[in-house]
Amino acid sequence: MLEKLLTGPRCYYVWLLFLCGLIALCGLVYLDQLFNGLGITGMNRDVSWGLYISQFTYFVGVAASAVMLVLPAYFHHYKKFKRMIIFGEFMAVAAVIMCALFIVVDLGQPQRMLNVMLYPTPNSVMFYDMIVLCGYLGLNIVIGWVTLEAELRDTEPPKWVKPLIYLSILWAFSIHTVTAFLYAGIPGRHYWLTAIMAARFLSSAFCSGPAILLLLLFVVRRLTGFDPGREAIRTLATIIVYAMCINVFFYLLELFTAFYSNIPGHMEPIMFLFSGHGGHLAWVSYWMWAAVIMAFASLAILIPPQLRTSRLLPLALLMLVAASWIDKGLGLLIGGFTPNMFEAFTPYMPTLKEIAVALGVYAVGALVLSLLWKIALGVKKEAGHFSD
Amino acid sequence: MKTSRRKFLKVAGLSAFALAGGMTALAGEAGAQVAPGKYIKREGMLSAKRWAMVIDTRRFTSEADYAPLIAACNKAHNIPDIPGDRNVKWIWTDTFDHVFPDDMNNHLNAAVRAKPYMLLCNHCTNPPCVRVCPTQATYRMEDGIVAMDYHRCIGCRFCMAGCPYGARSFNFIDPRLHLADPVPNPAFPTRMIGVVEKCNFCVERLNEGKLPACVEASDGRLLFGDLEDPNSTVRKALAANYSIRRKPSLGTQPGVYYLI
Amino acid sequence: MYNAKAVIIGIVIFVAIFSSPFWTSWIGQTYQKTGVVLPAGEKTCIEETEFMRAQHMRLLDEWRDQALREENRVYVSALDGRKWVISLQNTCLKCHSNYTEFCEKCHVANSVYPYCWTCHIIPTEGKR
Repeated sequence: MLEKLLTGPRCYYVWLLFLCGLIALCGLVYLDQLFNGLGITGMNRDVSWGLYISQFTYFVGVAASAVMLVLPAYFHHYKKFKRMIIFGEFMAVAAVIMCALFIVVDLGQPQRMLNVMLYPTPNSVMFYDMIVLCGYLGLNIVIGWVTLEAELRDTEPPKWVKPLIYLSILWAFSIHTVTAFLYAGIPGRHYWLTAIMAARFLSSAFCSGPAILLLLLFVVRRLTGFDPGREAIRTLATIIVYAMCINVFFYLLELFTAFYSNIPGHMEPIMFLFSGHGGHLAWVSYWMWAAVIMAFASLAILIPPQLRTSRLLPLALLMLVAASWIDKGLGLLIGGFTPNMFEAFTPYMPTLKEIAVALGVYAVGALVLSLLWKIALGVKKEAGHFSD
Repeated sequence: MKTSRRKFLKVAGLSAFALAGGMTALAGEAGAQVAPGKYIKREGMLSAKRWAMVIDTRRFTSEADYAPLIAACNKAHNIPDIPGDRNVKWIWTDTFDHVFPDDMNNHLNAAVRAKPYMLLCNHCTNPPCVRVCPTQATYRMEDGIVAMDYHRCIGCRFCMAGCPYGARSFNFIDPRLHLADPVPNPAFPTRMIGVVEKCNFCVERLNEGKLPACVEASDGRLLFGDLEDPNSTVRKALAANYSIRRKPSLGTQPGVYYLI
Repeated sequence: MYNAKAVIIGIVIFVAIFSSPFWTSWIGQTYQKTGVVLPAGEKTCIEETEFMRAQHMRLLDEWRDQALREENRVYVSALDGRKWVISLQNTCLKCHSNYTEFCEKCHVANSVYPYCWTCHIIPTEGKR
């Protein structure tokens, strides 16, 4: 199937070349970080995790979201998803690779990272995170590849892959739960110390991940003519609406507990995120309010069925992705570290170099995704599963 | 078909066996001692069941009172002074509101509120930093000291997120850029970029039979001793005076006590 | 075989490059000693020279774990029963005080670049 990578229109090669160039350029910035330390980032003594770890967290969610296609297709035999399921699985592969890279670029001593395996430490959640992410990567590569090969040969996938698929469904929930446990078990970080963290992570993953998938598939449809299927898009959009409603609901639950209990530690991070400190809005406050507006606007479009199926769907999905990214990719980390352990305020803003390194990881993810999807599209075309 | 499958299973089984054997051999090798000699404790080292510190804050009134203690620590451990919010701190001072943020008493007497207080690693009995460290680079020793092995630290900074006391510093830049040349204490190493560090209760000095550098410089205003020994200086001071600890509700059981 | 010529030539080139360390050493290279200068005035290291030469890195690894984790800060030599305080900086480097003539010579010759000195301090040469 790898030969599908070798042929393609000119724009395909230009796109790959562009990504490789971007990766090389951002790689140089990373070299700067490797030699001169994480001082090139905006992180500091009080905000000791930043953009890298937040992007890691966000993309664990994107990876886990493949289950929103796999679960209906295999547990409920929902045939309409079969055609695009491979795109979800391959997106999960790209997302997990991005997660791993975001962890690596965040390490102060990356050449020692195998210490996590050399000195396995079962009391550290990071240890389990490493296991579940490696496992999920392996599962999705094997399942995706084998089912795609079967599709190419026009046969049923081998029987042994079925248990792996069921396992991958449970595994998807585990990766994001364990990622939530990284945060939710830490004493003294009020914004993170909440039992609902894993549930919030899963709900935000299950709306934003499929939304990203749909948006990318719309692009693919325009570029190649591959049609995921009207019915499938409708169903996935419905799943997205439910997940987003639950996501917003869970956040409101957090607000209730913090403000009705009136415990300062619980209120302060939220107050900082939305209203800043000392009468001045923090830069992140603008983003948070934008997220609130976009979250409700996206729901306003997504909830009424007539609008959900209209041309406004991509716009709604775009707003949903942006809102969930701000909540999880910015607010989560900044709220967790502000106020700091002394109930004081240390500002954090990612630097340009930090953003460049993160962009490099995004480019690697895009490259992996482009190559895998190219294979999948080639197979779909050959097998005659391109459109209705 | 059938024979080939059997063959495959045989080969697979054998290789798995060989692999497992090799792994155990490797593990056995790793477990065995390399050196032909013996390892023993150092003669004259100070030891305790549970080291603890008592800070008599009544005898400190200003930053200047703490300055010699901090200077002694910085010198003993080659701690750089990096301007900005990426400094490396083993001992430092802060206001009452920041050191004891849970104490929301608006009418605390002015003398207590106005003074600075000394901060350092609490060497907790239930240290969250040890719990979260994925490589055991941070670990708790039998005598209660929460120690670090900088060789093993991968710089993930999970411990910094985990520590409720902000006692940990990350080397965002090469610390030697902000150290004198030669370093203040040539007998002690510096750190390098990309690792986390913190107060080590002067474990290297205890081994030489000396009290921690800050205690030595404190003129009796810091007490250091065995919390499990009812006759130790710390236990006597705690028995005779009112003391508090930082963020006690988190259950970490700090080993640093403040006499108020 | 398709493209037999190209494939065979390719394999030959690969084998030639892959085995280059062996055959380049046959043509005119003589074995050179690293020329490390041992500390003057000392007859033995803490253990046999052969052991130290082959195992010093693993010994240091073990020393570190023993000293930092077990608080066993003294090593009793099997060679002569002498007691040594476990410390790279304060014990090893007391005798092996010439970094460039001892550590570096052998490490460079063997293309190993340990980064002990980003933290530990080389005597007489200041912090670098």
